[in-house]
Parts: sequence; structure tokens; C-alpha cells
Amino acid sequence: MNASARQFKRDAERLTRDLRHRLLIRTALKKYEVARDARRSRYQDWQSARQTAAEIKWDAVNHLDKYLEELVEKLESRGTKVHWASDGEKARQIILGIIREKQACSIIKSKVMTGEEIHLNEALEKAGLSVVESDFGEYIVQLRHEAPYHFVFPAMHLVRGEISELFQKELGSNPTNDPEQLMLIARQVLRGKYISADIGISGANFAIAETGMISITENEGNARLTCALPKVHIALMGIEKVIPKLEDLAIFLPMLATAGAGQALTGYNSLYGGPRQPGESDGPEEFHFVLLDNKRTHLLADAEQRDALHCIRCGACLNVCPIYRNVGGHTYGTTYQGPIGSVITPHLRGLQNWKHLSYASSLCGACTETCPVKIDLHHHLLQSRRNATAQRSIWWEKFAFKGFAFLMNRPILFLLVGKLGRLGQKFHPFVKGTRFDPARAWTRSRELPTIAKQTFGEYWRARGR
Amino acid sequence: MSEREKILGRIREALRVPAPVPGSADHSDGAVRVVTEAEAAKHIADWLPVVADTFDGRVELFRANAVELRAEFHLFRELQEMEIHVRELAIAEGWKKIASHSGELTDRACSALALPRLATDQKYDVNELESCDAGISECDALIAQTGSVLVSTRTAGGRALSVLPPHHIVLAKREQLLADLPEAFALLKSKYESNFPSFISFITGPSRTGDIERILVLGAHGPRKLTILCV
Repeated sequence: MNASARQFKRDAERLTRDLRHRLLIRTALKKYEVARDARRSRYQDWQSARQTAAEIKWDAVNHLDKYLEELVEKLESRGTKVHWASDGEKARQIILGIIREKQACSIIKSKVMTGEEIHLNEALEKAGLSVVESDFGEYIVQLRHEAPYHFVFPAMHLVRGEISELFQKELGSNPTNDPEQLMLIARQVLRGKYISADIGISGANFAIAETGMISITENEGNARLTCALPKVHIALMGIEKVIPKLEDLAIFLPMLATAGAGQALTGYNSLYGGPRQPGESDGPEEFHFVLLDNKRTHLLADAEQRDALHCIRCGACLNVCPIYRNVGGHTYGTTYQGPIGSVITPHLRGLQNWKHLSYASSLCGACTETCPVKIDLHHHLLQSRRNATAQRSIWWEKFAFKGFAFLMNRPILFLLVGKLGRLGQKFHPFVKGTRFDPARAWTRSRELPTIAKQTFGEYWRARGR
Repeated sequence: MSEREKILGRIREALRVPAPVPGSADHSDGAVRVVTEAEAAKHIADWLPVVADTFDGRVELFRANAVELRAEFHLFRELQEMEIHVRELAIAEGWKKIASHSGELTDRACSALALPRLATDQKYDVNELESCDAGISECDALIAQTGSVLVSTRTAGGRALSVLPPHHIVLAKREQLLADLPEAFALLKSKYESNFPSFISFITGPSRTGDIERILVLGAHGPRKLTILCV
């Protein structure tokens, strides 16, 4: 077992027993469920909306080269500087290059999941720059020096008392139990940062090929300030986020809001088509747009799982996943958690090191059913299991299945082994739970079912008499 | 080879194998549905939440959405009523300074106020805007379906006026009330065609966060209050 699999197992075991953690996640997600269901029921036809959204994304992803070229041409024609980055290292170099050229020292960031993916903050801090996250949840986890717990609700694992303590320690604020007061403390600190920041870094939820724009969805207004006040705006986006037409947003924006947070529309959905244009009174003088591959083309090459690139990062699959709800977000050890994270991480970071995530699923299919763009998530988890084994099979598993097949093909031997098992189980209580227990992996946390007294064959014969 | 060529090369290589069309793996109905772009655009409106055909129905929907979003919405018969309302707001909240841009409605409202006014039509000082008690702007449209206000740099005095001051007041005309999102995007396309403003935003309610225990808090980083006045 590799390090990431060991860590997953260890943390999952600890957290599934943690009743406080479970209660916290259930409470948070219950509110989400109620809002989502109420909102979804107002659609005239949610299922058809899903189908259309999936078809638009299919078109975009399956003609990605065409739409990217169109997007870039349109963006450049209005003064945006477009950069292409094959991997995280290249993207970090580009962003650091822009910052050095501008001799900037303070940076304000709105939520950028691709930034988390390429560990941008660490790179910027190592270069001696001050970086502040402006999304409230992201700001909290940044102060705690930890990764977001959920890619839509980064601080979902914390209660107000913990946030108050954090603010007292890090910001010297007074203790309070009022969420509004806590927000106000952060607002005051961050207001100054926006105004003094030299550079604003944002992500993008969509990019529109036809008009050459990026679209940013948020509730707080922090992204709007990040893209309005600093002199330079840098947006970092994965190549798969491009959509063909402006009017496609008419379906994606409400679906993202409904699936992601149970809203009709998120607070602010903003489109940016370039730096400040002639005749405009504010906005950045320069707009840099960084397109990131970072193994997305690897996923694209897998036609079977290509639809995972349709993802709009609403987080709906995390919220319904029985595994996510029990093991929590940090256990995954990935930028993208939950079912979608388990599907794409093996592509982005290596199948053998992350194949254990394909097993972090009950295959119940709740993720597939809730996905607004119809990604076949649970089947992809099965395919990843198959691919991982085909690539590198495990000798003892192979041996065990060969043995099983051998047994199943020999009825007399099968009966004998069954009898032995029935007999052996009588002695099991003597070793149960000790290190001599052959079923220890199971009995450590579960009861072992007893083998039936009669085999089916015996029952059938007895019945006939 | 440049990074651009490398990435595009990898994409083209990857796309040599076609992917199944969405819905084809749908075990429920099995039928593959492929709709054309034009059909899809027509359908989107049929699938989103329903909107009334009449103006009154749309006003009611917008009003209901505004209540849910905790935004203020008023429809006036006369421009004068709107001026009075803005004046009442200024007194109730004790405004000392406002920010605005020039426009038919904003000029009327601001002259009725007789308060120091920061204009954001030309380059302005951000610190000064930050110190204003309210930002008064016009808009491109109101959207009944979602209770949203559509703004852009050209109709709402730049990027920051509608987000930096603690209270954003939107002044709109009744003919600006649209039914749904597809109509809003159609308007943007016909209005700006090939010369879009560098910033366009759908504002849906005052700034908010649910990051603490999913409890709604208004006034996260943007305005705590959003007032929409329609005449």
C-alpha cells in the first residue's frame, strides 16, 4: 500500500467513528438538501435540463481544440494576454514571472481550485510574496494552514467557536459566537487588502469561446473586488472549462447554483472580457489568462471517462456521497474530493498511487444521479478499478481467485470446504479479535455472520422427502 | 514547439478516439437523443423555472424572488416617487456621501439628494468610493425568473460602484424587466454585439456567505443591502 492509500485508510477509520464530525457534516448538508430539493422542483424539467447541459459540454469537450483557439483569439483581440501551461510548474513560472515583472509584493486571491491543484500559494509564499485568500471559507482554512475541506464549502468542518478562536489567535479579535460578527472581522481585514493589493488572482467557472470571456460565480463579492481593484488581474483556468456560446450560460449558471448550493442563481455571476477598455473608468490595466493542462489531456484521451471533463465543480456529488459524508473531505488528500475527485485524481496524479479512491465508493450511484451534467461517475470508478488491475495485477488476489475458481468447479471439494468452515467457525470465538484470528480484518469492527447449519443442497433434498 | 502547440497537439491526439454521446449510456430509456444547437436554445427556456407571460406576473415573480433574496424591490408609477424613496433611504440610513454615475435616472435621483457625490464615470479614487454610504447605479435589465439585476461597466458606472459601497441602489425602468435568463443573454448579444463591455454581472441579492455552519450572513465582501427601484 502506498503512502496516500495508507493515509486515506488511517483517516477514514478515525473519522467514521467520530460522532461529532458526523453530526457536523450531516447538519451542514441537511440544510443544503432542503434548499436544493425545493429549488430543483421549480424547474419545469430538471432531467431535460441535465441532458441539454451534458450535450453542450460534450460538444465543447469533444471539439476542445477548436473552441480553445476561438476563445484565445477573441480574448487576445481585446487586449488579454493569454498564456498556456502544460503543467503546474509551468503555470507557477508564468504567474511568478508576471508578478516579478510588475514588481508586485501583495496579492489578493479569490477562490481558485486550479491554484490549489498546482500549490500556487506555497510557491508564491516561497518567493517572499504576501498572498491573501479573500473567499471567507478559503481565508479561514488559509489561516489554519490547511486545505479546503470541500471545494465548494471550504470550511464546512468548522463551527463558529473554532473560527472565533482562530480569529482571536491570528487577528487579535474579540471572542464572538455570532457568524455575522465573524464575517465582519474578516471583511474589515480584507477590505484593506483589496485596496492595497498589486495583483488579483482569480479562477474561472466557464469561458465562452464565441465572445471571448470568462465567467466567475460567487456569493460574497470577493471575486468582483479581486477583478476590479488591483492593477493586474490574473485568471487561472483548466482547459476543459470552455463552452461554445454565451447563451449556454443560461442553463449552466442556474444549474450550477441549484446543484451546488440550492440557489436559483449564485449571488454574482460575472463575465470578464478583457482589461479596462477605452472609455471605462475602472478595472485592471492588464488581464492575464493562464490556461492549464496539467494532465487534463490524459483524461481527454480516455474516451470512456472523457465525460468527467464535463464537470462544472458544483460539488453535488460530494454532498450526496455516503463515503464523503462519513470520511470527510480531508481524508481524500486530493484537491478535488468526493466521487468526481476519485474519478479524476488517478488521471491527474497517477493511477497506481490513487487507485484506492476508486474503492472509496459503495457504487450506489447517487453521484451519477445527482450530477447536473450527467457524468457517469460510479461506472467510471468501476472502470478505474479494472484499469488499475489490468495495468498491475496483485499476485495474491490473482492466486485467491484462481483458488476460488478451482473450488467452485469441484462440487465435492466445495462441500468439504463448506463443512470444514462450519466446523471451524465453532472455534472462532476463542481467537476472535486476537492476532490469531484469520478474519481479523473483518472482525475488528464488525460481527462475522455465522455460516448456515444446512447447505442449500441439503435443504433441498430434505424438503423433497 | 510552444506550450500552445504542445497542448493543442495533445488535445487533437486525444480526440482521435470518439467518446459516446451523453445519454447513450443511460440505462433507463436507452434512446440516444441528440438535439441541434437551435433546438437546445429553444428548449432551455422550457426547462428552467416557469415565468408568467404578463408584465404583472413578472413583477410579482421578481418581487417574490427579491423577498427570498432579502433584497428590497419597489415599483413606482412616477419618477418623482422614486426620488422621494431615495431621499427617505438617505435620511433613514444617515448617508453623508454617495457614489454614482451619470444617467437619466441616476442624475434625477442624485440631484434630489443634494449630498456630496463621487462620480465613477471617469477615473476615480478607490478609497473615496470605499468611504461612500451608498452606490447608485442603473442597469441593463432586471430578470424576473431569478430576481437578478444585470449590470455592466457601461450601464452601472464601472466595475466597483455596484460592489464596494455597503448599500447598492439600482434604478431601472419597467421596460427593462425581462422574463428569464435566455432573454437576458439574447439582450446582451443584440445590445453589444461585437463590442462587449469588459465586465458584465448578474447580481442576485445582496452579498452573502454561508461559510459558517451554512448560516446565511448578508454583507460578506460586497453590499449588505440591495435596493431595486423600478419606475
